[in-house]
Amino acid sequence: MVESKHQWKAWLYLSPAIILLLVFTVWPIINTVRIAFLEGYSAQVAAAKGEFAFAFGIGNFKKVLVYKHFLTCLGNTMLICVLTVPLSTMIALLIAVCLNSIKPLQRALQTIYFLPYVTNSIAIGMVFAAMFSMTGIFGATEEISSYGIVNNILMALGLGHINWMNAGSSYAANIAVMVVYIVWNALPFKILILLGGLQSVNKQYYDAAKVDGTSRARTFWRITVPLLSPMIAYVVITGFIGGFKEYSSIVGVFGEAMGPVHDPGRLNTMVGFIYDALEGNNHGRASAAALILFAIIFVVTMLNLWVSKKKVHY
Amino acid sequence: MKVELQNLTKIFPSRNKKSGGQVVAVNDFTFTIPDGKLIGLLGPSGCGKSTTLYMICGLQKPTGGKIFFGDDDVTDLSPENRGVGLVFQNYALYPHMTVGQNIMFPLQNLKGADKLTKEEMLDRTYEAAKLVQIEELLDRKPSELSGGQQQRVAIARALVKMPRVLLLDEPLSNLDARLRLQTREEIRRIQRETKITTVFVTHDQEEAMSISDMIVVMKLGVVQQIGAPQDVYDDPHNMFVARFLGTPPINIFGGEVKKEKLYINGEAVLDVKGIDDREVYVGIRPEGFVPAKNGKMKCKLSGIEVMGRDVSIISTNPAARSATIRSIVDADCKVDPTAETVAFNLKPHKVFVFSKNEELDGTKTLSGTVTSADENGITITVGNLTDKPVFIHDLTGDGAENVSVGDTVVVSGKLANRGGKVEFSGTADLLSLGKAKTKKQKKAAPAEDGLRIDPVVEESEKTLYDALALGEATEQRLYFEVK
Repeated sequence: MVESKHQWKAWLYLSPAIILLLVFTVWPIINTVRIAFLEGYSAQVAAAKGEFAFAFGIGNFKKVLVYKHFLTCLGNTMLICVLTVPLSTMIALLIAVCLNSIKPLQRALQTIYFLPYVTNSIAIGMVFAAMFSMTGIFGATEEISSYGIVNNILMALGLGHINWMNAGSSYAANIAVMVVYIVWNALPFKILILLGGLQSVNKQYYDAAKVDGTSRARTFWRITVPLLSPMIAYVVITGFIGGFKEYSSIVGVFGEAMGPVHDPGRLNTMVGFIYDALEGNNHGRASAAALILFAIIFVVTMLNLWVSKKKVHY
Repeated sequence: MKVELQNLTKIFPSRNKKSGGQVVAVNDFTFTIPDGKLIGLLGPSGCGKSTTLYMICGLQKPTGGKIFFGDDDVTDLSPENRGVGLVFQNYALYPHMTVGQNIMFPLQNLKGADKLTKEEMLDRTYEAAKLVQIEELLDRKPSELSGGQQQRVAIARALVKMPRVLLLDEPLSNLDARLRLQTREEIRRIQRETKITTVFVTHDQEEAMSISDMIVVMKLGVVQQIGAPQDVYDDPHNMFVARFLGTPPINIFGGEVKKEKLYINGEAVLDVKGIDDREVYVGIRPEGFVPAKNGKMKCKLSGIEVMGRDVSIISTNPAARSATIRSIVDADCKVDPTAETVAFNLKPHKVFVFSKNEELDGTKTLSGTVTSADENGITITVGNLTDKPVFIHDLTGDGAENVSVGDTVVVSGKLANRGGKVEFSGTADLLSLGKAKTKKQKKAAPAEDGLRIDPVVEESEKTLYDALALGEATEQRLYFEVK
């Protein structure tokens, strides 16, 4: 306990952090809420006519909800979350369990699996784009001059080629590319957390299970998963939050068009919607969308916590 | 179920990969555990008792030797096929399952013909819980139980599948003193009721002695003595066993046998018929002292501790190997606490005489012969106890010029096992040599009496370590006629 006459010292030492937080986190949040409730707020208009030129109301929210791109963005975001979070968690768990059960090369492999985490996601996106795309003249003739490595592999296996992301590609193919990319990008962090969890599990539980003749599958489902459940809950919750904020990965693969050439904006996400609104000087709409995104993330996280309360053994 | 261990050996590779050595955790353990008995494996940490238990369990594979359950050779069977129940030191209860689920867990693993219905499982779980008296706690989580209750759950979980052998690894070490007393009685009761052959590991000699039908005392992977607790206590085969059993521990004295009389600190304290004249170690149990006015053994009194039932007399004697001597006498036996000295007579059956092979700290004094001496160093061959000699290389330094091939040198140091190889490190006493050869010596070079000998490794089938450090040549008990 700091004695009262020294408390000013504590405040002094904390002040840089507190001031930065107030200026760059707390004030923007308050401002976002304020702007969201000002009808048709725009920074340029505000600069010209003053901050009090806007009526108070929920018009921004109404506009966002009826805007046709909004539903596309929300749908894309939801779909990506629902597909990538369970998939990446399961694959990460599998890899973590495998890594944990080998001795030689464990550290080397751990490092290799962690490499994507320290790589720029736009750079990874560009590599993925190169892997999935084809070059040539698209349209009626479909003259393809070269294929990406994914199609090369598919063709070597005799499965033909798929137009993953170029002009004329299907929505399902686009989403598939994004799922592969996002899962791959999400793995390192999840593997790290789950492997850490596995390594802290007392080996005697496994010895006890072995003496009792427990099968491997049962050991995994009845012992490993429950004991790892706090870490699993953590990666799922952070995965959902990250999924709702997905934006840069799509820019990385599809560019700023947020979709294939023939249908730009097809893969736009919630954050992308907010970004577009800001670029179009619709600050009111952007703020309203941000609050809606916040509400969705909040509800999903609460849902996650409610489920984990029943299933997680701390 | 009778459990038979035949020449059981376990060698672990050394942590230090460079030396390529090994650690012999269990060395040639042969023993038959009679059906339905409670056996305590006892020894200081690192003596191989837990390794032995894990080999019986099947979690560790023996390097050599065989294990039989009854007539079945189970050496190569995996743990689940052996029919053993194991209780871990920290219980290893699954924290996310209730007590009931924990106990039922092994039953749910049963497959094929052994598969049980849900009702049978519940019945068996309840029975096991009832046996250890926790049937009211079935719905609790392990974290909601006390240490003693967790211990019972762990025992119930081990017993529920009706194992042929029950194994307990330090079952009481996580309990407080009171609970330990209570739980060890409990283990005894459960073992008597179930009549399951039980092996438990402990480093606490009191614990082992109090509940075991038989105890196995181990040291550095080698069995020192096997027998009923009282027999081992009354008749220790070597000084290690004598020192390990008994609280307060046995008092050790340096002594001498001359003309069938035992001398401690120059006083003849006991007749020892049948022992040749020699220097010996003498072990006297605390209860082996009888205070008497004209007792034969005189000690300087340093204190008296009253404990109600009996009295501890703390005294000192120059010949004692410990700072104080602790003797326990009846409370009726009045000793004047202000007196300078106290005199004791000794109970002959509480006095054990041991041959003197080494100092108590393990330092051995050996005779060596110089086999080569040049600028590279000196090689001394030490030990006539082994077929192959031990070489000491790299003996360089001042005074080395005094040494020539064929000299006999006194070497004192310690032997250590480095995975079946002997390492001897210590000093060579070149003082005697120096004296003989002072003429050769230059004035400036002082006689070296403590030249360092670097660790040396020599491999041999029957190593010096085996002979000395591994127990064969520890201070063996010398028997004398007890009147």
